[in-house]
Amino acid sequence: MPRWGMVIDLAKCTACQACVVACQAENNVPCVEPEQAAKGRIISWLSVLPDLKGQYPNVLMRLMPLPCLHCDEPPCIRVCPVGATGITPEGIVRQTFPRCIGCRYCTNACPYTRRSFNWRLPDFPGELVQALNPDVSVRPKGVVEKCTLCHHRLLRAREQARAEDRPLAVGDYVPACVEICPAEAMYFGDLEDPNSKVSELAESARAFRYLEELGTEPKVVFLSEGEWAGGEQT
Amino acid sequence: MESKPKGKPEDLGPDAVLLQPIVATRSSFYILTMVFLGFTSLSCFAYLYQLRWGLGVTGLNVPMYWGIYITNFVFFIGISHAGTLISAILRICHAEWRRSITRAAEVITVIVLFFGVGSIIVDLGRPDRLLNVLLYPNFRSPLLWDVCSVSVYLMASSIYLYLPLIPDIAILRDYGGKYTWLYRLLALGWSGSERQQRILNKAISVMAVLVIPIAVSVHTVVSWVFGMTVQPMWHSTIFGPYFVVGAIFSGIASLIIAMALIRRIYFLQEYFKDIHFSHLGTLLMVFALLWFYFTFAENLTTFYGHEPAHLQVFYSKLTGRFAPLFWTMVVTCFVIPAGLLFHRRIRTVRNTVIASFSVLIGMYLERYTIVVPTLSLPRVPSDTVFYTPTWVEISITLGFGATFIFLYMLFTKFFPIVSIWEVQEGRKVALREARERIEAYTPHPTAGDLGTLETAQD
Repeated sequence: MPRWGMVIDLAKCTACQACVVACQAENNVPCVEPEQAAKGRIISWLSVLPDLKGQYPNVLMRLMPLPCLHCDEPPCIRVCPVGATGITPEGIVRQTFPRCIGCRYCTNACPYTRRSFNWRLPDFPGELVQALNPDVSVRPKGVVEKCTLCHHRLLRAREQARAEDRPLAVGDYVPACVEICPAEAMYFGDLEDPNSKVSELAESARAFRYLEELGTEPKVVFLSEGEWAGGEQT
Repeated sequence: MESKPKGKPEDLGPDAVLLQPIVATRSSFYILTMVFLGFTSLSCFAYLYQLRWGLGVTGLNVPMYWGIYITNFVFFIGISHAGTLISAILRICHAEWRRSITRAAEVITVIVLFFGVGSIIVDLGRPDRLLNVLLYPNFRSPLLWDVCSVSVYLMASSIYLYLPLIPDIAILRDYGGKYTWLYRLLALGWSGSERQQRILNKAISVMAVLVIPIAVSVHTVVSWVFGMTVQPMWHSTIFGPYFVVGAIFSGIASLIIAMALIRRIYFLQEYFKDIHFSHLGTLLMVFALLWFYFTFAENLTTFYGHEPAHLQVFYSKLTGRFAPLFWTMVVTCFVIPAGLLFHRRIRTVRNTVIASFSVLIGMYLERYTIVVPTLSLPRVPSDTVFYTPTWVEISITLGFGATFIFLYMLFTKFFPIVSIWEVQEGRKVALREARERIEAYTPHPTAGDLGTLETAQD
């Protein structure tokens, strides 16, 4: 059984935000008006975050595209009182929108703040309604949502493979953010498969897992930039 | 149907004054009712507005997903420790001065619990799916532990309130005023026979013992909602006992305030004497010291450990944007009550009541500075947004407080707020029991003169 994972090479990433836009469009993430955004109500499954290290003037800043890290030990799924979130056998941390009661315990338990809440009825102004992806359900107000690793794409790829009577091939299933990345900084695949690109990169000396010390065992692995190689900078 | 009307108020002697609030209602009661119900309807309107437009009408945001609704939840559940725990402990210890105050305490517990639970429901994004908690329970979630322990607590404390109420309900039934049918129903055929008396006393002492571990578990589990996550300054082993101490602390404070109001409004100076306030004031002082000890231990450990994620929350409280709230909390939870209560001479009723108000404000701030600062500074960089409660949240909070006071007032109009039969029993047996108790541990009790309590023998 595959264990889906992602590797993001920060040396290649240009922080162009194409992955962010692709994710919004692919997953019907609702738009938020500017005044709501100013209040901190943005819904975003994947965002490019500045990560600062050091004190002025010796500051190092890197920009990290941060989706849900699909931890093997996710702190979020334990705390859900109704089991509206869980982990699939293939390691995808899922969210069942019709069961969520909107208590936002999972959003608070996630140390990466990777979960979003629908503060109001989703809004798709103008032609955006026509641009909705029919494969992904639009969430009602009052529930929590999160990155699904474009799970609908996995289902579609699997159907396709079955129709063609062949096993799922490498590259059949790729999330929207990885597919769009113009710098080809994102890799996706099966971490269980020792020959896959992702498992090779995940073993590299540059590989690190974000906030690894919390024991969440994320399946999104980062490759540090050149000047970060070898770990600590002074 | 009644064989012999025995419950005329004059039979109660001076205790007849305890039925006065039920018999006669002054116009000020109706005026206060209007005021409080005004707040209730304001909160209903605010909640309907929130249901219609979603939680976006609150001040909550990313990453501050929880705000004063959760603060209210912790605060109200804390107040609920007033009753049951204090009254149960005093009962078990045979503290004779408890007799007139237990009822006033137990009622707080039962009523305020509904508002604790209500605060959680108000906080839900999808209250229509509340039943999912029963249909698809995930027992690994501390929130579900809360559901379990709070419902057990609500049941146990309701029984614990009801049992000592039965003989008093029977008095009201025999008195034959308004709502006799209701009292007849609730009195369960109480006749005051020796057998009934024995069963009742047995049941009350069993419940008093049962209710203490339940009460402790409730607030421990409330603290675990925070303590079980890995978030900075929530993930702390001290939280269980810290929350329990805080809960009893705010519980005593609200009991003192309730007693001061009741004694003033219903002229019950004979039942809530200055000595009651002095004793409760001492208890409040002890808990102020305990509270300080826990707060100090918690913050020093965080500071000394020097973990960056914890430290930024720590500094946001001590010197950062939550500093005004944090230091006000220290003043109102410790400096003011300790200053007003440390010596018998200044521990007057007025000062005890002032200290209690101060403690309630301080404990509310404590709950707030536990919930919000941690959420505002997650490990991962996030937008710097500020959380300010909107009119919706403030209205609902005020409405909850006002409705609680109203329901408490309403209770005093239907049932005696001082346990009549326990006060009467105290006059008959307390002296003898105390004497027997003292004799039991005095060496050679017959050798000297233990005092002249013989008159109380019969």
